[in-house]
Amino acid sequence: MKFKRTLLATTLLAAMSTTQAATPSNEEIWQLLQEMKQELNAVKQQNEALKAQNENLKDQVEATEAKAQEATEAAEAVAVASEEAIKTAAAKDDKTSIGGYGELHYNNLENQGAGEDKDELDFHRFVLFFNHEFNDRLRLFTELELEHSLAGEGKEGEVELEQAFIQYDLNDKHRVNAGLFLLPIGLLNETHEPNTFYGVERNSVESRIIPTTWWEGGLMFSGELAQGFSYDVAATGGLKTSASSDYAVRSGRQKVSEALADDFAYTARLKWTGMPGVELASSIQYQEDITQSLDPNAGSAFLWEAHAAIQKGDFGLRALYATWDLDGDGPKAVGADEQTGWYIEPSYKLTESVGVFTRYSMWDNQAGNSSDSEIKQWDLGLNWWLDPQVVIKADYQDQDAENKDDEFDGFNVGVGYQF
Amino acid sequence: MMNSMTRQALLTTLLLFVLFIITTTVSARGVYQTNDEFLNEVFSQQVPKSDVVWLKGEVREQVKSILGHHYAGLRIRYWMQNDRSAWILEEIGKEEPITFGIVINNNKVEQVKVLAYRESRGWEVKHPAFTQQFSEAQLKNNELDRNIDGITGATLSVRAMTAVVTLALYLDEFVSTQS
Repeated sequence: MKFKRTLLATTLLAAMSTTQAATPSNEEIWQLLQEMKQELNAVKQQNEALKAQNENLKDQVEATEAKAQEATEAAEAVAVASEEAIKTAAAKDDKTSIGGYGELHYNNLENQGAGEDKDELDFHRFVLFFNHEFNDRLRLFTELELEHSLAGEGKEGEVELEQAFIQYDLNDKHRVNAGLFLLPIGLLNETHEPNTFYGVERNSVESRIIPTTWWEGGLMFSGELAQGFSYDVAATGGLKTSASSDYAVRSGRQKVSEALADDFAYTARLKWTGMPGVELASSIQYQEDITQSLDPNAGSAFLWEAHAAIQKGDFGLRALYATWDLDGDGPKAVGADEQTGWYIEPSYKLTESVGVFTRYSMWDNQAGNSSDSEIKQWDLGLNWWLDPQVVIKADYQDQDAENKDDEFDGFNVGVGYQF
Repeated sequence: MMNSMTRQALLTTLLLFVLFIITTTVSARGVYQTNDEFLNEVFSQQVPKSDVVWLKGEVREQVKSILGHHYAGLRIRYWMQNDRSAWILEEIGKEEPITFGIVINNNKVEQVKVLAYRESRGWEVKHPAFTQQFSEAQLKNNELDRNIDGITGATLSVRAMTAVVTLALYLDEFVSTQS
């Protein structure tokens, strides 16, 4: 204990004397002050330098901000200018447009009677559309078609003008067509590009009874009414059929080729598309004289057509009924005073690009008499869309007719496109 | 056989019908609502300041994938307030551009409107019965989460609308994740 106390006392004394010894002399204080002054000057200088740098940086930042602002404004100007350029270019280019569709068919059909089989490869149709927009309300639609690849004397095909009409908008809901146009009847008449229907060939009910594809020259008013209804009314040239073809309506199409216009035709259609995926429509037509007054045994005719086209999700259904009522003893004598047909076609999309269908059709161009002249057909097939506008089709058909010479059974394959 | 008097009567009736149609509605062809009217309606007269999405990099590629072609422009303008965004987009149906107004709320479709339709067929797409199919639609793998029933003979207009709505959903999602 005594030793520790002594140690403590000694340490304290030593500390006190060191402190006492640290009290500087005046000279030392002066020196310290000088040193401090120097340091202060150095710091001041540094401060000035930093201030200067700061000012510099501030200027630089301002300059950068100004540049950034300029760059933003430049980018904005570029964007606006290019958007305007695109619009101008689009406005110029858009006036005229070209489109088309085509289909190659392979038919392998066996005649069930004494007639010839149909074993054929044919580019059935090659079509070009040329449309032009004159202004916001006035436009031109044209369609030129080459059938069966070669036209001319002794050739299988034909070159036909299928549409050529001016369309004028009366207002935002109603418009008028003048020229050569497709009649508003049936499902296929107006929309028959290969990717829009099932089956390689167009169905026989529409081609034999309506008779699709049917175009006439004249005037047509179309427009929207309330609640999903729309209408079409047309006054056009008429059919010119004859006794030599048993007054079959299909052979009466004059195709506006120096067509006899003694007697006109009047068509009206009412369509309802108020529900997505559903189309219901009905057309009526009055022909003043089905032989253009050439045949005193024939007279006027009346057509009534009604159809439903439904596509809800993957399920599809088409059903159509069409019937002609021909006046005169001539048609009556061969039973052509009534020409009728109907079909029902359910379909199903297996995937987004493959659909299968089946169709049952019945038609008779001599339904007026008791002879069994009706033809029944059952089809089964599929469509494979490589693209919404390109399709590969295959179908199997089984016909049933009293006269076996009119019966063709077999399969068809086709490739079609639209653009 | 119809005689010329009946034919005259028929044609006169047709002419009167035409005159009746012309005198009913005479509005600008195909424009159902202007862009300003649409925006004012969507935002109850208090339209927020617009912003733009620059179409570059991945956005540009994704837009091309959705539309099937490059969007004609460097950027797309939109109006956003809280979780609601409004888009005015144009897309060609068959030959003519259709102007669509789309409102997205919480990444779901609140409203689709056809502001201007210029094609001669397929006008049905502008009706509520048709546009209502898009209500509450969402994005699923950068595609629309549902099937849209179309119109016979106007499939391209339907496709244009579907593409544009999908685009609006994608851009809305992109903009939401950016902020």
